[in-house]
Amino acid sequence: MEQQEEGRRDFMGMALGAWAVVGGVGALYAAKRSWDPLPSVKAAGFTTVEMNDKKENELVVEKWRGKPIFILKKSADMEAHDRDVVMNGSRFHVSIGLCTHLGCIPAYQSDNKEFFCACHGGVFDVSGVNSPGLPPPSPLEIPPFRIDGTKLVLGESGPEYKKMLDAGLTV
Amino acid sequence: MAHFDDKAMPFGNKWMDERIGLNTLKRVLNTEYWIPKDINFLWAMGMVLAATFGILVVSGIFLLMYYKPDVNLAFDSVNYTIMSEVGYGWFWRHIHGVGASIVFLIIYIHMFTGIYYGSYKRGRELIWLSGMGLFVAFSAEAFSGYMLPWGQMSYWAGMVITNLFSGGSLEAYGLVEWIRGDYVPGDAYLTRFFMLHVLLIPLAIIGLIVLHFGTLRLPHVNNQEGADIDYKESAELWKAGKKKESKVIPFSPVFLSKDLFVMGVYFIIFFYLVFYNFEFSMDPVNFDPADGLKTPAHIYPEWYFLWSYEILRPFSKDIGLIAFGIAQIAFVFLPFADRSPNVAPAHKRGLFNIWFWVLLIDMIVLTAMGKLPPTDPVFAMIGLVSAVLFLAMGPLLVLITMFEKKIEKGA
Amino acid sequence: MRELKIFAIVAFFSLLTYYLVEPYAHHEMHKKVDTEGNEIHSESHGFKYDGKPDIAEAHRAKNKALVESKTAFWADVAKIGQLKGNASAGQSHFASCAGCHDANVNMGGVIPPVLDHAGAIYDKNYLIALIKDPAIASNIDHKYKDTGNHPMGAIKFMMPDDQSIADVVAYMLEHKAGEVTPKEAYEEACMRCHAVRYGKLPQLGDTPKFKHEKDSLAHKIKVIEEQDRVKAYMGKLPPDLSIMIRARSEHFMKTFVENPQSQLAGTSMPRVGLSAEGYEKVEAYMVSTGDPSKAKREAVGPWVILFFVIFTILAYLWKKSQWKDLH
Repeated sequence: MEQQEEGRRDFMGMALGAWAVVGGVGALYAAKRSWDPLPSVKAAGFTTVEMNDKKENELVVEKWRGKPIFILKKSADMEAHDRDVVMNGSRFHVSIGLCTHLGCIPAYQSDNKEFFCACHGGVFDVSGVNSPGLPPPSPLEIPPFRIDGTKLVLGESGPEYKKMLDAGLTV
Repeated sequence: MAHFDDKAMPFGNKWMDERIGLNTLKRVLNTEYWIPKDINFLWAMGMVLAATFGILVVSGIFLLMYYKPDVNLAFDSVNYTIMSEVGYGWFWRHIHGVGASIVFLIIYIHMFTGIYYGSYKRGRELIWLSGMGLFVAFSAEAFSGYMLPWGQMSYWAGMVITNLFSGGSLEAYGLVEWIRGDYVPGDAYLTRFFMLHVLLIPLAIIGLIVLHFGTLRLPHVNNQEGADIDYKESAELWKAGKKKESKVIPFSPVFLSKDLFVMGVYFIIFFYLVFYNFEFSMDPVNFDPADGLKTPAHIYPEWYFLWSYEILRPFSKDIGLIAFGIAQIAFVFLPFADRSPNVAPAHKRGLFNIWFWVLLIDMIVLTAMGKLPPTDPVFAMIGLVSAVLFLAMGPLLVLITMFEKKIEKGA
Repeated sequence: MRELKIFAIVAFFSLLTYYLVEPYAHHEMHKKVDTEGNEIHSESHGFKYDGKPDIAEAHRAKNKALVESKTAFWADVAKIGQLKGNASAGQSHFASCAGCHDANVNMGGVIPPVLDHAGAIYDKNYLIALIKDPAIASNIDHKYKDTGNHPMGAIKFMMPDDQSIADVVAYMLEHKAGEVTPKEAYEEACMRCHAVRYGKLPQLGDTPKFKHEKDSLAHKIKVIEEQDRVKAYMGKLPPDLSIMIRARSEHFMKTFVENPQSQLAGTSMPRVGLSAEGYEKVEAYMVSTGDPSKAKREAVGPWVILFFVIFTILAYLWKKSQWKDLH
């Protein structure tokens, strides 16, 4: 058949096809947006914790974005660490309570003053630093926080958190 | 053992052909699937329906991600979560609502096209019957979907339609309760209709669509004149490059190019309705939450059920139900009620032409009366007359077509 | 051309069906007729209040005495409207309003509404009428043999003469007419009776966040108690308005808010007296909870349609090239 004509036909067909792809991409964008977390989920992504009433060497577990948050007020005999959140002279260990190995929740043993993960025997000290030679590869993660007087707002990044992040103390 | 070329490029044309018969598929379904040349845009309605079903499935998938089939949560999951929280949730819902309504308009156009051109006769009976199966399945799909937002219209439509199964004087309330799984439409009712809507009926529809296409393959699509085309001869002419002499065109790309154009026009109208004129398909009354202690001032089905609803209304309970039952299945018998030897467009078939337009207008009148308040005596009378006329149309068709003369086809 | 002719036929029957089942059927369904069978047309009056619809209602009820008393009442209102009000004189009268309107407790059925923006959202004539006789102004006098039983009935003994009414209205129009947000307009005009659960806004106002379930339940009980009081007063709990904007037509909303009796004869809902600007604000709030994607929908629409217009043009050109040597 006439080669030239064939070419013109193909061109129009392909132009139409290409345009249909443009529409498909638009629909995919709408589809992507439909998969996004809902505004109500995002709005609920902040938790405010009152820190004044915490007792030394007593682990408190809060919930933030569905995850457990460890809050431990350090006693004087516990070693200070750059990872500590310092508020009004008190030092707190604050971390996401999920083992960095495979995500189990470690238990706090107040006698030994350490976190022990029953799943694979991981151990973290009171600053959340993992003991070498055991499965967990890194310290417990610190959630983004901002200090607001005697309250800690989880989910917002304050200057203290940014400093820890820059120093590579958490990811 | 088939021969497989080791040197063929994976996923290339040859490689694919050796494995799934790609070229045969292309030939059978596209380039040598012959469509008559003598057609008009009404022949594109099948593809328009397929496309509409496609976007109903896609939009339905996104609604399914957030919908909660629970009488306490359903309403807000639709009207709050989907409509205001989910990104583009409103878009999917409007498409789904408008699509569910418009798909029936296209079904009716498709159906009346078939009736006008006699496309249910002489080898095409199964096309018609599988099409009627699709109509029933789509009706069930529409009804079950209408329950899901759990608004006032959902609840009361559910109440009224399930009550039809009591069978009038048979008083089979046990059957009604069995269908509902409750004394009134409740949680069990909602979850089972949810299942029907998202799984069982769509599966049936997909199966029927395949069957519908399958029944089309051997008798081929009808054409504007009902001409009996020698497909073999015409196909040879086409393949020989004699396009003008051939009476057929291949599905792809020639027929497809026209299909897509018609589809484009259709989608312009469709999306105009989605964005700017959706209330005909998303009844405002259904934005009031279901209340089992308060019937809305006016209850009526969606427009596409109105004609059969109106056949139920003017009669006493038992006769109404029987008339309604007849109306539901009347169209199934069309290929056998039409005794005429002719496959030709209605305008060439004398009395049948009158019969066709009377049927169309009668169904539109029934549709209108089905929504108008029955308390008005004038409307009630028009409704009764058109319902009786509809019931008479079947026997009339047999009579008319028995005496229809055979049309001698020129050339 | 044959195809166009066929298209015209298909379009004609489709549009005919649409006309019959939508505009025509809905008109017939919601038609209101008087005792002689004449159709009553309820049209919006631009949120101006002069009592004409109320007098017409009395005429239809063939209640001569009522026609006379209503005509006289609204004539008085018009007369007061002509008086020049003195805002500073009105201030002292307004102070006596605050006794109830700032108290934030249920009095006689509802929590008296805050009046911070009364001058901005209500019509002047309506305010005058309301102060003169709350039951007649809000067109629920069928509920009260004596206006003294109306929760705001005491007003009759608080405004000594027409001039003081003119003064207090002048005060509100001058000093209580600041910029008002849609939500504030809604809270002041509707919230005392209607909850909006999608806005977390029951009759008591914004629902605070509670950490403990006990506090949350305690608040819920307070809301239910308030709703019970409103229910006792109104006869039934007024509906939640979360998506009322989608459940009723624009025409219904406007005529209903202007004069609830026009759409639901005998309803205990009072006329609220919103001005055109006030209604616009309230409507905006109801759109924000009931149809929040309206703006987005209207913005996306033209692009999707444009896409298909171009799609159709390309498809047409392709079709033309495919079909050109077929005949």
